[in-house]
Amino acid sequence: MKTNNTGNDIRMWTPATAAMVLVMLAGLGVMVYRLISGLGASTHLNDNFPWGIWLAVDVLGGVAMAAGGFIIASMVYLFNMKKYKPITRPAILTAFIGYLLAIVAIIMDIGQPHRIWHPAVMWQIRSVMWVVAIHVMLYTTTLALEFSPMLFERLGWHGAVKTVQKIMVPVVLFGALLSVLHQSSLGAVFLIVPGKLSPFWYNSKLPFLFLVSAVMMGLSMVSLETILSARIFRHPVDMGIFTGLARALAGVALFYFVLKMYFLVTGPGVAAVFSGSMEANMYLIEMALSVILPLALLLGTKMKESLSGLLFIDVLVIAGVLINRLNVGIFGLYRHNATNGQTYFPSWMEFAVTFALIALAFFIFKMAARHLPLLSSETASEH
Amino acid sequence: MAKTANSVLVDMTRCIGCRGCQIACKAWNERSARKTVMYGNFTNPTDLNSDCFTNVRFVENGNGKTPVWSFVKNQCLHCQDPSCASVCPVAAFRKSDEGPVTYDYERCIGCRYCMLACPFEVPKYEWEKLLPAVQKCTFCAERIQDGLLPSCIKTCPTKTMFFGKREDVVAEAKRRIASAPGKYVNHVYGIEEAGGTSWLYISSVPFGELGFNMDVPKVQLPGLTWSYISSIPAVIGVVLVAGVGSWVVTRRNEVKEKEGGKEDRP
Repeated sequence: MKTNNTGNDIRMWTPATAAMVLVMLAGLGVMVYRLISGLGASTHLNDNFPWGIWLAVDVLGGVAMAAGGFIIASMVYLFNMKKYKPITRPAILTAFIGYLLAIVAIIMDIGQPHRIWHPAVMWQIRSVMWVVAIHVMLYTTTLALEFSPMLFERLGWHGAVKTVQKIMVPVVLFGALLSVLHQSSLGAVFLIVPGKLSPFWYNSKLPFLFLVSAVMMGLSMVSLETILSARIFRHPVDMGIFTGLARALAGVALFYFVLKMYFLVTGPGVAAVFSGSMEANMYLIEMALSVILPLALLLGTKMKESLSGLLFIDVLVIAGVLINRLNVGIFGLYRHNATNGQTYFPSWMEFAVTFALIALAFFIFKMAARHLPLLSSETASEH
Repeated sequence: MAKTANSVLVDMTRCIGCRGCQIACKAWNERSARKTVMYGNFTNPTDLNSDCFTNVRFVENGNGKTPVWSFVKNQCLHCQDPSCASVCPVAAFRKSDEGPVTYDYERCIGCRYCMLACPFEVPKYEWEKLLPAVQKCTFCAERIQDGLLPSCIKTCPTKTMFFGKREDVVAEAKRRIASAPGKYVNHVYGIEEAGGTSWLYISSVPFGELGFNMDVPKVQLPGLTWSYISSIPAVIGVVLVAGVGSWVVTRRNEVKEKEGGKEDRP
């Protein structure tokens, strides 16, 4: 029974996989170089730009992508929406991969990688960064537990699977709690820079905006990966799941759009968007990709009825929210940070690590689909 | 604590731009020299860096025929409620009772949140090192503990800096402004900026023209993040109640459905 659940028929070597492995190897080389040579030798970070794309893309973006894990797990285990059971495992795996990659990025990014455990013992409850660090540690552990049945099933440890399944509801609840706090805490990190971050992005509800946009990104990621794996791994999925996800996405995006408009009107004002400044243009691109186009397509066209249409919308949302994280982490701070002439554009090594981590995410997902009961709709412990 | 903590008044009308403070600082803190380039201004180096905890900015305000030079001593302002200390996840930065904001390298993980959070862009990083430290003015904390003046103040030939307890320093700043009408701008930079700093400035030229950050919020910045962190217990409560509640309700519905013979699973 259980061996049928794994995707042994998935081909190991395809041109795409070979390309991923090459990108990963290049990134691995750069990571080793960074660890033996330091940040100055490998990045273009400087005193005026202490944070770059490793933080904005790999950490902020990676964690936002992981939001699908807690959303789907909550829908299935807490809200009892059984329809989504078949995509729970891919969603949890995506979240687990997202957090593992964020941790790798953090190890690369911090100046003292060997002290990454310090926040666990050196408490500082006034620091949002401490809150973030504790959440990363606790939630990654929780995700490992949520992920473990896939591994135990593969190994044939049925007792272990049963034990984990028994405590799954409280584990999922704990995971949802950590996720809600962690997603919003990443926005709260920027509450302390009111004079630096452009008013297009700075407002006192930044944590909530991070949470809501992470939910959008999470829903899109789950939809995207389910569509892709259904196609690539020829794994049939009930269309109702996709339309359900699309409906949820439309609802959250509409709410997010109203929020963003409220903070635009009460903040820099609508006219500022068309001022032609770098910030205004980045804001326009972000809004167009993350909410305006997806909402228009979801509400005004028949695109949500075809998988290709949904795939396109998912890509728009993922790109748009990623740009939001880039805007908050880099572009919104750029004008202030560059006042004395210093600039920042990522080094090729920063790009290489970022691309390697993205390739690694796809590679782990594929390997899991091939070797673990990932895309099975039934679990061994179910009766 | 704040009232008895040490504080400094920088009276910029007294500074002659000799940069003795820069040299004394480098010597006392054993920072190495860095090669700089001539770029058309006498400020050298142009910015603070991990080897330069204080510099004197040379600002030329030529309104008319004769240029007017101002000399701005630049270093950590040692905020009373420092952003760097509040954002540090491992409490490497601390505000000591004596006034200095101190840094403990052994705790630091190198996340550089302090550099982002500081409203004055003071903390600098040793980018070129494999295991870098954050560097900034120490307010000569060890010297103060031993009853000595900070090295920059000790070396200043014109007594540009007035060292004392904060309330005395604030009173002295106000006394100087009041006693010489027209000489100073009626503003003591640092009483309100960032919620109050230990280093205060008075000047004859408006601060905005001297490169001072006039957009710094007049509140203690850590309050901005604390308002979020202090709401976390409430969020925990809401999520737990909502999660457990929806689980109980949906479970009960399912059981009811099963009892009603609507069960469709084998």
